[in-house]
Amino acid sequence: MNSRFILLLFVMAGLVVAFAPLPVQPITPQERTFRIDARQYAYSPSEFKVNPGDKVNIQLVSTDVVHGLYVDGYDISIEADPGQTKTLSFVADKPGSFRFRCNVTCGAMHPFMIGKLTVGTNNWLYRSIGLAVLAVIGFLPLSSFIPQTKNMD
Amino acid sequence: MSRFELTRIPFIKNTLKSRYPQLAVFIVMLVGYIFAILAGLIGTPVGSHNFSIVFVWIAWWAILILVAVPFFGRGWCAVCPIPLPGEWLQRGAVLSPPDKKPKWLNLRWPKFLRNIWMQNISFLLLALFSSVLLTTPNITGIVLAAMLFAAIGLSTIFERRAFCRYLCPVGGFIGLYSQTAPIELRIKDKQICVTCEGKPCYNGSANGYGCPWDVFPGGLTKNTYCGLCMECIRTCPHDNIAINLRPFSADLAKPSTRMDEAFKAFIMLGSAMIYAGVLLGPWGAFKDAAYNVGTSAWFIYAVIFLAIIFVILPGFFTLGILKTKGSLPLKQRFASLATALIPLGLMFWVAFSLSFVLTNASYIIAAFSDPLGLGWNLFGTANAVWQPMLTFVLAPAQTLALVGGLIWSARTAQKAANEIRTSSISVIAFSFILTLVMLWLLL
Repeated sequence: MNSRFILLLFVMAGLVVAFAPLPVQPITPQERTFRIDARQYAYSPSEFKVNPGDKVNIQLVSTDVVHGLYVDGYDISIEADPGQTKTLSFVADKPGSFRFRCNVTCGAMHPFMIGKLTVGTNNWLYRSIGLAVLAVIGFLPLSSFIPQTKNMD
Repeated sequence: MSRFELTRIPFIKNTLKSRYPQLAVFIVMLVGYIFAILAGLIGTPVGSHNFSIVFVWIAWWAILILVAVPFFGRGWCAVCPIPLPGEWLQRGAVLSPPDKKPKWLNLRWPKFLRNIWMQNISFLLLALFSSVLLTTPNITGIVLAAMLFAAIGLSTIFERRAFCRYLCPVGGFIGLYSQTAPIELRIKDKQICVTCEGKPCYNGSANGYGCPWDVFPGGLTKNTYCGLCMECIRTCPHDNIAINLRPFSADLAKPSTRMDEAFKAFIMLGSAMIYAGVLLGPWGAFKDAAYNVGTSAWFIYAVIFLAIIFVILPGFFTLGILKTKGSLPLKQRFASLATALIPLGLMFWVAFSLSFVLTNASYIIAAFSDPLGLGWNLFGTANAVWQPMLTFVLAPAQTLALVGGLIWSARTAQKAANEIRTSSISVIAFSFILTLVMLWLLL
């Protein structure tokens, strides 16, 4: 087969891995409430998962200075003063993995005060892994032909 | 391999030959650099509102790692202000060479240090303290000032740009990754250099200085140690120096056999992965350990950091290539095959920086109007609200960078393995596993 055709095949396979719609398991949405403690420079818990369509209530409790919580992708946020609890409610209607981060300058490491919300399955990670596998599949068979020619032990 | 000589275009050639355009950029950069030092020392201690943090670690870093290094190689070194005051002092002149040579020690750099191990160490020193350095304005100010004074000090003791060539923590990795850039400075005709009398490109002449980077342009085969200062274009009496556009990673076709360069690749690769986990991950304990310098947690962090870079990554890499057959000794195979980690590391840094930069770029707008955090509002943007930018393109862009880096690394591994007649499979597998880890850390 000609190499351009093989390359075209891999590109098409890559597009399928990256963009093909995946089957979605129907799950009845629930209301979920999480209490998240915020301190310099961490959230606890720092990772949580919900299902697509869930109504999520985040109770942010600041234990030292003023902290915020901004959810990437959803563009929503809250702020909590020390000792105070603030609640952020939203419907998790966008699937994927999203960082949430402090949006109130709270000290030196503020830009790195980060947590992770996963809505459903982190499909983009699996698609990316699929693309990486595809990339290697494209190279490993080829590389086994290239070496072992001359001057071998 | 196809190349296009940019210096054929009269405008480009004249701009590069004249000292004034470069001087103008130098002066702007030097003013910005000194302002960053002052802002760090006298401005607000809140990093996200201080020019030194926002413009150095967000704006400059974004330009450096996302644009300058991938596309212009050592283009940053061509306009970097750090060596300037020392170089002016060393030369006793700002523009053209003076009639009399100034009397400084002008020593040769010690032979046993003519490698990039010192740059590896200086980068690691900054890397271990990076959580503090990246977030604390006065520490950034002190480090920037220390680099400026180190460059001045070395210029009075050693000849040429000893700081840039052997000590600069940034220059080391720019040099490594500049091999992937689609731009190069090379001679046009080797024979002309062989017969050229006096070698003014290296020794200097009335038209310009001898190579500040201690490189003889006639022998240049890769970008690593050419700082694109353009002196050789000015001094060459035969118009034999060209700036070429070329394919990406052309220098990597001939793999390096140097261990200092191989370990630089591991240092950069490991650092990008550690930063992705510690700074951008959701694990607060890691951040605490990295930030609280001097505590036992920090010492454990430092030991793990160094172990990943000097033991774990090179160890697995060596195990992988141990079984592969080849005519070269293991050490040389290790150094040559580590070439494949150069594009991988660069793309790891691109993926890491995209996240960091897009999230924090909006601080630039506010810091522009209030660079010292003193309540100024010079351009009416001081109260701009922090807002992550382009978060919807972040994950696809990071995937593109990481998977693209894997493909690039695999291709480089094939070429390197072919060059030394061994197999590239273990190197490709190594790059693949690291890419999976990086995808997991960032996505």
